[in-house]
Amino acid sequence: MIIDPGLFLNAVVSGLLLGGFYIAVALGLSIAFGQLDIVNIAHPAFVIVGSYFAYYLGAHYGFDPVLTGILLTPVFFVAGILVYRVYYVSFERTGQESLSGLAFFFGLMFIIEVTLIMIYGVDYRLVPAPYIGMNWKLGLVDFPLRMAIPFVVSMVMTIGIYFYLSKTFIGRAILAVSQDRQALQLMGADPVRIKQIAFGLAIATASVAGALLIIIGPVEPSINREYIGRAFAMVVLGGMGSITGTVIAGFILGIAESFVQTFAGPSWAPAVSFSILLLTLAVRPSGILGRQS
Amino acid sequence: MTLLITRRSAGAAALLGAFVVVAPALTAAPAVAQQPPVKIGFSMSLTGPLGAGGKSALIAMEIWRDDINAKGGLLGRQVEFVYNDDQTNPARVPAIYTKLLEVDNVDLVVSSYGTNVIAPAMPIIMRKQMVFPALFGLAVNESFKYDRYFQIMPAGPSPKEDWSRGFMELAKSKGLKTIAIAAADAEFAQNAAAGARKNAQEMGFQIVYDKSYPPPTTDFAPIIRAIQATNPDVVYVGSYPPDSVGMVKAANELGLKTKLFGGGMVGLQFASIQKNLGPMLNGVVNYDFWVPAPTLNFPGIEAFLKKYQEKAGPAGVDPLGHYLPPWAYAYMQVLGLAVEATKSLDQGKLAEHMRTTTYETIVGPVKFGSNGEWATTRALMVQFRDLKPDDMEQFSKAGSRIVLYPPSVKTGELQFPYRQ
Amino acid sequence: MRSGGFWGFIIGALLVGIAFVALGKNEYYYFAAYVILQSLIMAVAWNILGGFTGYVNFGAAGFFAVAAYTTIALNKYLQGLGLQPPMLVYIAAGAVVCGLIGLGTGYLTLRLRGVYFAIATLALAVVFQTLANNWDYVGGAKGSYILTPAPPPFFSSYIKYLFFVMLLMSLFAIIVSRYIVHSKFGRGLAAVRDDEVAAECMGVPTLRLKLISTTVMGVLMGMAGAPYPFYVTYVDPQSAFSLGIAVNAIAMPMIGGTAYWYGPVIGAILLGTAQEVISVTISSELNVFLVGVVLVSFVILAPSGLVGLVNDLRARVKSRA
Repeated sequence: MIIDPGLFLNAVVSGLLLGGFYIAVALGLSIAFGQLDIVNIAHPAFVIVGSYFAYYLGAHYGFDPVLTGILLTPVFFVAGILVYRVYYVSFERTGQESLSGLAFFFGLMFIIEVTLIMIYGVDYRLVPAPYIGMNWKLGLVDFPLRMAIPFVVSMVMTIGIYFYLSKTFIGRAILAVSQDRQALQLMGADPVRIKQIAFGLAIATASVAGALLIIIGPVEPSINREYIGRAFAMVVLGGMGSITGTVIAGFILGIAESFVQTFAGPSWAPAVSFSILLLTLAVRPSGILGRQS
Repeated sequence: MTLLITRRSAGAAALLGAFVVVAPALTAAPAVAQQPPVKIGFSMSLTGPLGAGGKSALIAMEIWRDDINAKGGLLGRQVEFVYNDDQTNPARVPAIYTKLLEVDNVDLVVSSYGTNVIAPAMPIIMRKQMVFPALFGLAVNESFKYDRYFQIMPAGPSPKEDWSRGFMELAKSKGLKTIAIAAADAEFAQNAAAGARKNAQEMGFQIVYDKSYPPPTTDFAPIIRAIQATNPDVVYVGSYPPDSVGMVKAANELGLKTKLFGGGMVGLQFASIQKNLGPMLNGVVNYDFWVPAPTLNFPGIEAFLKKYQEKAGPAGVDPLGHYLPPWAYAYMQVLGLAVEATKSLDQGKLAEHMRTTTYETIVGPVKFGSNGEWATTRALMVQFRDLKPDDMEQFSKAGSRIVLYPPSVKTGELQFPYRQ
Repeated sequence: MRSGGFWGFIIGALLVGIAFVALGKNEYYYFAAYVILQSLIMAVAWNILGGFTGYVNFGAAGFFAVAAYTTIALNKYLQGLGLQPPMLVYIAAGAVVCGLIGLGTGYLTLRLRGVYFAIATLALAVVFQTLANNWDYVGGAKGSYILTPAPPPFFSSYIKYLFFVMLLMSLFAIIVSRYIVHSKFGRGLAAVRDDEVAAECMGVPTLRLKLISTTVMGVLMGMAGAPYPFYVTYVDPQSAFSLGIAVNAIAMPMIGGTAYWYGPVIGAILLGTAQEVISVTISSELNVFLVGVVLVSFVILAPSGLVGLVNDLRARVKSRA
């Protein structure tokens, strides 16, 4: 079979754009789960909360979704800190984090879902934005703005977080928290406070990711469940907490999905993505860029 | 009860609602207190994947109940609902109907919304020999063959095929030859696609693309491109609301070139989605069951929609309510008319009457065939035309959706082709 | 619980069940009880791995659905041959298939610890769901119908029969679970949970223990899922693989207390009954809300479950006395 170059190039680009969006969803989890070992199943639920804010401010006051997403990051940051306080006091301090923590976030996910249902109902919500439906064509290759803008925003956010973590004092402290808590204490930083900031940061990314999600398609409260598997797959695939790893994993998943959709049956896309994950876990459990223990 | 929920007092309202459901008898008018009410029992998907539809259906059913009670009820008795939320979870359904029939001792039952939650009720309903008006189950009775099952959705006597018949006939009339079929991996879309496939084969189309995609798909561009690569005359899509939006947007962004596009896309009937897509819908030909059109202006529909639209906003459900709500009203209406005509709650007599009578309802004349489906199809094929961006009002008027099929209610000709 | 008391409890439960089947009139209670017992078996099964060894299985719905689909495939095949086998055949088939999958999952634990294992089980469930979506023989995404057969002798209706089957399997699951806790095997599992590396060093055959417990978990979950198609009569992948099944399987042991064999039993009976009662009285989102709130408050306020809470209180009363 001869592969049409146009189809091939477009499949690559579509995959990258999709992967870019996936990265925005997984980024917060990469911090929370990868760096802090907090199994935040409810992360995609926070993303949906971000979508609903973007919907609310967009539909009633005409705010651009991306703008809303960025403006509300402080609110999400504070919410993240509060959640972490509860989590710390209830589980981490008593050493119960693994199983109880998991159940805690499961419960939190349901509470968020139902709260959204009680406020907004279960109808699908969408936002208007001038760029939705527009397309840039570069030779053979399409860049629908509905996918391209989320890609760009996600990349900017990811690069920002990357530099924040690697260049600032608090950022480095966050990276250190997962590796050597004692060294951190010797440096004079309070690990709990550092983790609190890190978790706030993780939840803050959900505000932006949620805005991107509602640009791409309609949102309803329980749609977050579709992203739990994918987001965790990316973090694990990328090697737990490595931002670069999560980025690579996001692109792999996006491109795998778009190739399966273009050249095979789209129906197999989830199986292919998750088989990649299972295979990686079986062959190299520490992920693509994970630290070998 | 969910109507009561406002942002400020959601929790309190829900609790209050609990008591309304537990003690609905309290709301009955005292004048008829000596007559026991006629109890109609059902399970409804008020949460879960079909929650949005289920809630709008419930609002419509309650409008019917209030209408009929204002006229003095059924058989001179007030009508009362006993219902439970099945959470769109089939496993909940058998217990709910058993409870309705054995604990609540309801006089009549109707179905929940959708195939998944109608089918699990069937064995129980059949054992009790109850008349079972059903709301939008696709070909449920094909396996059960129950002669007291009556399906209000106007798909037609062989629902899976009739669903897409209009679409295929339009394609045939224009001499089109090749077809691509894309459908979501879920119950309704797959059944509809199977019908489309059968129709396509029988009418001599060449199927050049025939694939399914999983419901949690985020980006549809690769699928649209793969379809375009086969260069089909016709693109038939069987999809659920989020994917319908994704498909239409991707088709517009990539400039999908085909002569006829649409078919079985669920969601393009909902006002919020219509408003958001706006001009992107222009030219799409899709199934529908009722649209504002001079040929479909049946007595009572306007008054009903007015009442519905007042309640829809606060409840957070489809604001225009063209798709499901009129049919939720109509399946109650048919049951009510049968009770009035036979002057009884005897299930055998009711079934007999429903098998033979044509009912005048707000969705037009309803006549059931021998398998409980509509005797003749009235699944519409409508084309979206001349849409402006960000304007919900345009969809509440005739002219935004032109009825092309069936010929009996046609309001215009197919604008052809979709995009060259 | 002392051994005599335990067997008394099992026989008592069985007798009550028989009396219930023989004397009960209102069929609603069998349907409700079926659902509760189904989640009870799932919870007990989940706890054999999750509670006793600390490996979290996120893919409980996957096991359940695979068994349900085994029943559908087998039923279709056998009906094609003109056979109508007894329920036991389906249960055995579901148990064997899921037992094998459980064994396979066990080998995953060789390399994957903690959260990695949980994610792997989740991925496994997604892969199975995709397979079910694409397997036309069992209806694919269209779903599949199974007509309710006539009730066997001694049972006046099919749901009574299903209920009785479920009761027997629940008691079986409880017996297995208790046996595991009290045996040497169970102490080995506890060692794995507390510190797997240390256990390994002490000469505990950790891999074999883990393989047995994942297999037992699979077998029990398979048993719970096998009769489901006959209960619901229509199965599609979306509902069979529903997240709710997985969540209940985790939530019920957490509420009851994961360290005890009777923890999941108590959790399942309480939460299952509460869900059933709420879903027929308060028809609203509150049901989902309840699971969330109960789960969160339990893990915060009573991390070792109800059983743990009661034990704590008892100890406190004793120390005061």
